[in-house]
Amino acid sequence: MTTTPKLSINHLKVSVEGKPILNGIDLEIKGGEVHAIMGPNGTGKSTLAAALMGHPKYEVTDGQVLLDGQDLLEMEVDERARAGLFLAMQYPSEISGVTNADFLRSAINARRGEGNEVSLMKFIRELDQKMESLEIDQSFSTRYLNEGFSGGEKKRNEILQLMMLKPRIAILDEVDSGLDIDALKIVANGVNQLLSPEMGVMVITHYQRLLNYIEPHYVHVIMQGKIVKSGGPELAKRLEAEGYDWVKEELGIEDETVGQTK
Amino acid sequence: MMKTKEIDVTKLSEKNKEPKWLLEQRLTSLQESKDLPLPKLERTRITNWGFEDFHLDQDKVAHTELNRLPEDIHSFLTHEDNSHIIVQKNMQVVVAKSQGIEEQGVIFTDLNTAILQHEELVKPYLFSTLEGEKNKLFSLHKALWSGGIFLYVPRNRELKIPFQSLFWLKGKNMGMFPHVIVVAEENSRVELIANFVAEQDDRPSVNNAILEAFVGQNAQVRIATVNHMPQSVVDVIYRRAVVERDGKLEWIIGDFSEGRLISDNYTALKGEGGQVNVKAVTMGAGEMKANITSTVDHLARHTTSDILARSVMKNTASSILNSITKIEKGASKSNGQQSGKVLMLNPKARGDANPILLIDENDVIAGHAASVGRVDPMQIYYLMSRGITEEEAEKLIVYGFLGIVLSNIPSQSLKEQLDRIIERKFLQ
Repeated sequence: MTTTPKLSINHLKVSVEGKPILNGIDLEIKGGEVHAIMGPNGTGKSTLAAALMGHPKYEVTDGQVLLDGQDLLEMEVDERARAGLFLAMQYPSEISGVTNADFLRSAINARRGEGNEVSLMKFIRELDQKMESLEIDQSFSTRYLNEGFSGGEKKRNEILQLMMLKPRIAILDEVDSGLDIDALKIVANGVNQLLSPEMGVMVITHYQRLLNYIEPHYVHVIMQGKIVKSGGPELAKRLEAEGYDWVKEELGIEDETVGQTK
Repeated sequence: MMKTKEIDVTKLSEKNKEPKWLLEQRLTSLQESKDLPLPKLERTRITNWGFEDFHLDQDKVAHTELNRLPEDIHSFLTHEDNSHIIVQKNMQVVVAKSQGIEEQGVIFTDLNTAILQHEELVKPYLFSTLEGEKNKLFSLHKALWSGGIFLYVPRNRELKIPFQSLFWLKGKNMGMFPHVIVVAEENSRVELIANFVAEQDDRPSVNNAILEAFVGQNAQVRIATVNHMPQSVVDVIYRRAVVERDGKLEWIIGDFSEGRLISDNYTALKGEGGQVNVKAVTMGAGEMKANITSTVDHLARHTTSDILARSVMKNTASSILNSITKIEKGASKSNGQQSGKVLMLNPKARGDANPILLIDENDVIAGHAASVGRVDPMQIYYLMSRGITEEEAEKLIVYGFLGIVLSNIPSQSLKEQLDRIIERKFLQ
């Protein structure tokens, strides 16, 4: 496809085990744009990511999501991925006995379809190159998928997959958590290499820190399962300096969380 | 019920021109089989499994050529090197070839022939690993065994090409009783592949096989064995081994039969420094019922064992996976490890893993891991989130689960054959 990617989220409502978490999210992300989704814990940020990907526990109760005009919510998880959606997960699964390389090749070939599989040589060359840019050791490709990985290794692996799969819309869910500053720079650098009109990015984060390295064009604050405030990069800087209390005061919000008791 | 009679046994023995002691052994065993109970298996009811519902194929069968074997059967031969092959159909050998081994003192022949030609050599080994063990199934086998293999490797001989054997059960209600003996003398090295198979659309009844391996001082032996019988078959295989000082044995076991299966594997580490590795993999579909036991008995100092058992159950298949590590008093500085895991793919599939450590010595290392579980929906979600279909995701997880065993299969073509069997089970 040569058109610019576009993800349109319209009035999305999502429940988990019967409890409403998202109460009507409206957001549009186009290729070339980086949107940061910020907010305190428990406000629904990760729910948005999981619901878009189709996590089985999250039930969409209302609203519509279109990816390049196609109804995303009608698709199975794998179809969403093949349509160009990618989610770098906060807690990726560990899968014993399946090497990173075999897994990645299966994922790439699933997108390319039968008869159009990537050549092994080309795949290895690209994998080596991407691993090098993320400062990942060569042995990584023959290790089992996320098994025994440290938190930081798992995050790098998510970004490696992002780089290899080249989605149209990438969602990064708290990819900065558990990373030290050096690892954070490497991960951000990986994402930045991919930035182009061919890809739109949603960065979900609790802290401004990551946004020093991946610069957003738009910043949205989620509270009570809704986007309560949107702005440019300056909004993230103010949140970093002053925290979230001023937003709550401005909007008269007492408890910013949703559906979950702390 | 088709009860075997004395006259069948006598006929079998006469046809093979057996010595008198062997006929007597057969007749005594047949008599015993009538009174002895079935073996007691952990959590598996076997009383109605039909161990005696078979016909004996006593008609003379002509020898044939490898390329005239049906594809279902032929595909169990490795294609890398076919120099040494024995194929048995029901009670008789139909293909026997071996090249350039006689001058090295190596014997590779069916067991009936071995007794005619090397009676004194064979006799002390025959059934020696089963001494003290008694049950109806052993006795039936002891009365009715035929064909089988005698593989003998003299000291200091290292044989690189694997010896292959194929036991082919053919025809409605037929029974087969192969007996395999492997003897590796001091400092020798050998590999045997023994596969027990039938065509998938055939309706045979009983396979009751015994495999005995003798690993001499500092000898190295690898035995790869696959059972793939259709649903109509009650499949019984006892594998027994004795490992002498510094000997090394590797078992690679694929239990893929689709009916009722007893797979019982036992290795005695008799000499100091002896080692055994057991890699056992099972995939059951349909209504398969299996009881799979791997036992290692450490009888001497500095012995090492590792049991890796993996079982995948689909549809309404069920398997009991027993892993037993025994370390006897005096077997100090020994190391016994085991891990037995069952993965269930359907809500009606059943599995059980029983890790058993019996340790009578203080100065040892022993470890076990066991698990029974279903495919984690979060793993499926994760794989699907990268564009992989649900079906492919499940396959990746299963191959990953079995990989620890499958990746150790020595022959590429045998490995491919196992992949095809597993692939077929996914479609069931």
